[in-house]
Amino acid sequence: MALDEIKIGGLGASRRRVEDNRFIRGKGNYVDDIVLPGMLHMELLRSPVAHARIKSIDVSAAWEVPGVRLVLTGEMMAARNLAWMPTLSYDTQAVLATDKVRFQGQEVAAVIADDPYIAKDACQRIVVEYEQLPAIVNPLQAMAAGAEVIRDDKENQEGNKVFDWEIGDKSATDKAFADADVISKMECHYPRSHPSPMETCGSIADYNRATGKLTVYMTSQAPHIVRAAVAMVAELPEHMIRIVSPDLGGGFGNKVPIYPGYVVSILASILLECPVKWIEDKTGNLISTGFGRDVYLQGELALRKDGKILGMRMKTISDHGAFYADAQPSKFKIGLMHSTFAAYDIPAAHLFSTGYYTNKAPGGVAYRCSFRVTEAMFFQERMIHGAANDLGMDQAEFRRMNLVKDDMFPYRTAFGFLTDSGQYGKCLDIGMKAIGYDTFQAEKAEARKRGKLLGLGISTMTEPLGAGNSREYDILGIKMFDSAELRIHMSGKGILRTGAMNQGQGHQTTWAQIVAHELGIPAEDITVEEGDTDTAPFGMGTYASRSTPVAGAAVAMVARKVRAKARKIAAHLLEVSEEDIEWELGRFYVRSNKERGVTIQDCAMAAYSNLPDGMEPGLENNAYYDPPNLTWPFAAYFVKVEVDPETGVWDVLKVVAVDDCGVRINPMVVEGQIMGGLTEAYAMSSMQYQTYDEEGNCIGSNYMDYLLPTAWETPGFELYEVVTPCPHHPIGAKGVGECATVAGPAAFVNAVVDAVGHTGVRNIDMPMMPNRVYEALQTGKDISGMPPVKMGD
Amino acid sequence: MYPSRFGYEAPKTVEEAIAILDAHGGEAKILAGGQSLVPMMKLRFASPEMLVDLNTIAGLDFHRVDADGSIHIGALCRHEDLEKSEVIKKSQPTIAAAASLVADPIVRARGTFVGSVCHADPQGDWAAALTALGGHIVAQGPKGTRDIAMKDFVIGPFQNTLAFNEIAIEAVIPAPKGIARGGYLKLERRVGDFATASVAVSLDMVGDTVARAGIALAGVGGRTIDATAAASVLNGKKLTAENISLAAAAVAAAAEPRTDHRGSADYKRQIVKTFVERILTGLATPSQKAA
Repeated sequence: MALDEIKIGGLGASRRRVEDNRFIRGKGNYVDDIVLPGMLHMELLRSPVAHARIKSIDVSAAWEVPGVRLVLTGEMMAARNLAWMPTLSYDTQAVLATDKVRFQGQEVAAVIADDPYIAKDACQRIVVEYEQLPAIVNPLQAMAAGAEVIRDDKENQEGNKVFDWEIGDKSATDKAFADADVISKMECHYPRSHPSPMETCGSIADYNRATGKLTVYMTSQAPHIVRAAVAMVAELPEHMIRIVSPDLGGGFGNKVPIYPGYVVSILASILLECPVKWIEDKTGNLISTGFGRDVYLQGELALRKDGKILGMRMKTISDHGAFYADAQPSKFKIGLMHSTFAAYDIPAAHLFSTGYYTNKAPGGVAYRCSFRVTEAMFFQERMIHGAANDLGMDQAEFRRMNLVKDDMFPYRTAFGFLTDSGQYGKCLDIGMKAIGYDTFQAEKAEARKRGKLLGLGISTMTEPLGAGNSREYDILGIKMFDSAELRIHMSGKGILRTGAMNQGQGHQTTWAQIVAHELGIPAEDITVEEGDTDTAPFGMGTYASRSTPVAGAAVAMVARKVRAKARKIAAHLLEVSEEDIEWELGRFYVRSNKERGVTIQDCAMAAYSNLPDGMEPGLENNAYYDPPNLTWPFAAYFVKVEVDPETGVWDVLKVVAVDDCGVRINPMVVEGQIMGGLTEAYAMSSMQYQTYDEEGNCIGSNYMDYLLPTAWETPGFELYEVVTPCPHHPIGAKGVGECATVAGPAAFVNAVVDAVGHTGVRNIDMPMMPNRVYEALQTGKDISGMPPVKMGD
Repeated sequence: MYPSRFGYEAPKTVEEAIAILDAHGGEAKILAGGQSLVPMMKLRFASPEMLVDLNTIAGLDFHRVDADGSIHIGALCRHEDLEKSEVIKKSQPTIAAAASLVADPIVRARGTFVGSVCHADPQGDWAAALTALGGHIVAQGPKGTRDIAMKDFVIGPFQNTLAFNEIAIEAVIPAPKGIARGGYLKLERRVGDFATASVAVSLDMVGDTVARAGIALAGVGGRTIDATAAASVLNGKKLTAENISLAAAAVAAAAEPRTDHRGSADYKRQIVKTFVERILTGLATPSQKAA
C-alpha cells in the first residue's frame, strides 16, 4: 500500500529539473527581463587606471545629452553620507570614488537616462582628470618599504597590510619538525579567478514615495542579508524594504556581496522617484566584482621515513584588492583556510596568515568554494604530492597511510574541526581501479617511446560545508541558520518557501523531493518559492554548499512538523487514539488493521473541513534549522594527462571522480553539480585566471581574454559514488556543490607535474598554459604565475 | 553592451554599396559577417557612422575552382562554406586544414573569409593562409576593379590598402605550379582564442621536388608575417629531414613575436619551428624521408 518513493519523485529519484522547463523555452524571469512603468536606465563610469588621485570631475557635458535625468558623482554621494559603504569584513568600500581610484574599473560616476544608449553616451562625455600613482599588483609590492599607501582614506593605516592571523599549536608543530626525518617544502600561487556567471549583476530600484516602500529587484544569492544591509546603510525601516531575487543566471559566489551599482541605483530611485535599472556589462562584471583565490602559499610537512606525517605548517599571503570585502561568515581573517588537511591524521599543525591591499578589484573571495577552502585543499594536495615524491613513496599509498581511517570518527583535526563520517580508503580504491592505476607505469613507458609524457594526478579531500552552526558562524552578527515554511492546501498540494536562493542548484526540484520523502506528497504537487523577502522566511541564502545541509534540513524538519499535525487529524478521522496510528509513505493507518487508513491528502482536506474539537484549522508550519556541525563530504579525483614536450600542450586522457556526499536527494542533480565543478577545476588548471600587467591593467576584461573552456576542450568525466550518511543531518545528506571545484584543480596540476617530474619540477602555477609547461620542461624549475604578467620584447 | 548611434544601409548591388561608402568619406564600414566589427562596436572600440551591409547583394557567396586551377572566394563566402566544401578538400589543402581551426563553430557559420583577410588581425588565420598561398584580393571601387597582392594588401595591424570607397569583392588563390600540398597548425589556449602562434604552409610540388614554398605566420608579429623568403630555402629541393630543419629554423627566425600572457617570444618561436617541422614532415613522402 505504501507509495513507491521513486515514482512520486522522492529521495533518490533522478527527477528532471522543474526549472529547466522555463529556462530552455526562454521563459525565465531575470532582473533584466523585468520592465516597470516609467523605468530609467543607469550606466556607471569606471576608472581606466588602477591607482590615481582624482584631480577633478567635470560632468557638465553629460548633463547636456538629451534624455539624461541625473548624473551622480562621489561628491554628491558624500553629501548624503553614501560615498563609502561598510563591507562584509568590517572594512569600508568606496561607492563612487571621491579622493582616489584604487583599481581599474572602480566606479567613479553614474548617469541615469531614458535609455541605456543615452546613459552610455553621456558617461563618455564625463571628463575626469587623474594624477596617476604607482600601481601595486601583488602583496610583495604592497609590503615593500616605501610602497604607496593604497588606503590613505583610513586613519591609522600605515602601509598596506590588512591583517596578521595565526592558528594551531606552534610549539607542538616546531617539535614535530625537530623530530622529522624528512622535511618536504612546497610553494605556489593560487591565481585570482572570477566566478563569471553568465548573467552579470544588476538591479532595479523602485522607491515609492507615496507608500514609503523601497522594492529592489536584484541579482543576489542572499536577499535577506541584503535587506538587513540596506536597512543599515540607507537608514530605511526593514519592513519598508522588499528585496526580490528573481531567476538568477548563475552566481558561484559572485552575487553574495553588495556592489556600488546596487547602492547608486537605490539612491537614484529615491532622488528621481521612479524605477532605475542598472545592468552591469560583462567587462564591468569581470573587472570590478567579487573574485576568488589570489593567495600565495608556502608550506612544509614534517615526515617520518616510513611515510607518517608528523606535522604541518603553512604560511599564506592573500591579496585582497583595494578594499577588504571578503564575503565569509567565519570569524577568522582568512575564512576556513585552517580546514586544510582535515582528511589527514596529523598530530600537530600551525598556520600563519597575512593579507594585503593591492590596486585590484576587491571583495568576494568566494568562487564556488566556501571561504578559502579551495585554496586550503588545493595546497594540501600539492604538498602531499611533493611529500610522497620526496619520500620516494607511491602517491596513493602515501595518502592511504595518512588519511583518517573509518574507525577514527568522530575525528578532531589538528586545527580543531570535528569530522564525523567517511570511508576515505574505499573511495581511493574505487578511483584507483577506474583510472587503471596498476597499469599506469607500463602505459607511461609506452608513451615515452612515442615521444609523449604521461602523468597521473590524485587529489583527495574532505571539506567543511554548510555553515553554520550559529555559535561559530555569522554574517554582520546574524547567525548562520536557515528556514523553511510549508503550507499544504486542502487538496493535498502545497507551497514551500525557504530562506535559500536558487541560482542553478535546482531547489525547485530537490526541495519538493524532500517534502515527497517526508510526507508522501508527489514532488510535482509542491511549488517551491524563494527570493522575495516579503514572502520567504528569513534565511541566509545560498553559497558555501549550504543549501542542502541547512535549508534542506529545515525543509525536512518543517515537513515533519506538518506530518505530526496530520497524524492527530488522522487519529480523529480513523477514530482511534494517536498512539495506535502508524505511518508509511503517504498514509496513516491503524496498527491493528493496516487496511484501515487515510492518506496525507485526506488529512489535508480534513484540516480545512473536519477537525477534532479545539484544533486550529489549516495544515502549515515553519522551521528554523541551526545545524549542530558542518557536513564533511569526501572526494577522490584522478586525472591522467599526456604532455607534448615540444609545445607544452597537455591533453586530458581520463578523469575519474569518486564522491561521497552522503545521501543523494536527486542523483542526476548531484552528478550535474560534480560535472560542473570538474569543468571549473579543469578551467582553473588550464586557462581561467585574472592577471594584471605592471600598470594594474586587468588582463581578462572580456571573454576573448578571460578564457572559459567550451564543450570542445572540456574532457569527459567518469563519476562514481560512495554513500556515508551524515550522522546529524535529518536525511543524511552532505554538501556537494563545491567539492569538485575544490578538489579538482590539484588533480590536474598533480598530473601535469607528474608528467614533467623527471626534470625536477615540483610546481607549475595555474593556469598551466602550454608555455608554462614548456618552460618547466626546458628549465627544470618551478614556474611562478605571480603578476604582473610580463609584456614586451 | 551598447554601441554608439550608427546608420544602416542594405544596398542591392556592389555599385550602390560603393556609392554609399563614397558618400560617407571614410566614416562608413562594410558589414559582411560582422564577427569582428560587431564586438568592436559593442565595446565602442569602433564607432562607424554608417554600416553598409553586403548581405543583401546577390552573387557574392561563392567559392569555385576555375579551369586554370585558380580558386576564387567571394566576399560573402562563410568560413563554414569552406570548411564543408568538397572542392576545397580536393584542391586546396592549406585552406582545408585551416578552415576548421578558424574561431569557433558559431563564428564560422557567420564570419567571412574575405572579411577576415580585410580585418588584417595579426592573429587572423585567413590573412596568413592567403599570404602563404601567394593570393590576391580583387578590390572594386568607383573606377572599376584592381588586384592587390597579399604582400601589398596587409601593411600593419588591422590595416589594409583598400581605399575608403573600395570593397574587397573576391579573394583569389593562383593555380599551383604542380600539385598543391600544404597544411595549417595553430596553437590556441581554447577554441576561439586568438592564436598564440599559427603557421600556414603552401607547397607546389613537382614530383618529390618543391617548385614553390610559401609560408606565413599569425600571432607572432605586429602584422601577418610573410615568411616566404625564409621558406624559399626549400625551392628546388626535396623534403629531407635536413631541408625541413633548415626551413623551420629560417621561418622561426622570420617571426617577430613579443612576450605576453600567451608566452615568451622564445616560446612562440619554438612553436613556429615545431609547427613548420610537423607540417613539412607530414607532407614528405616516405621516399623523401629516406633520402
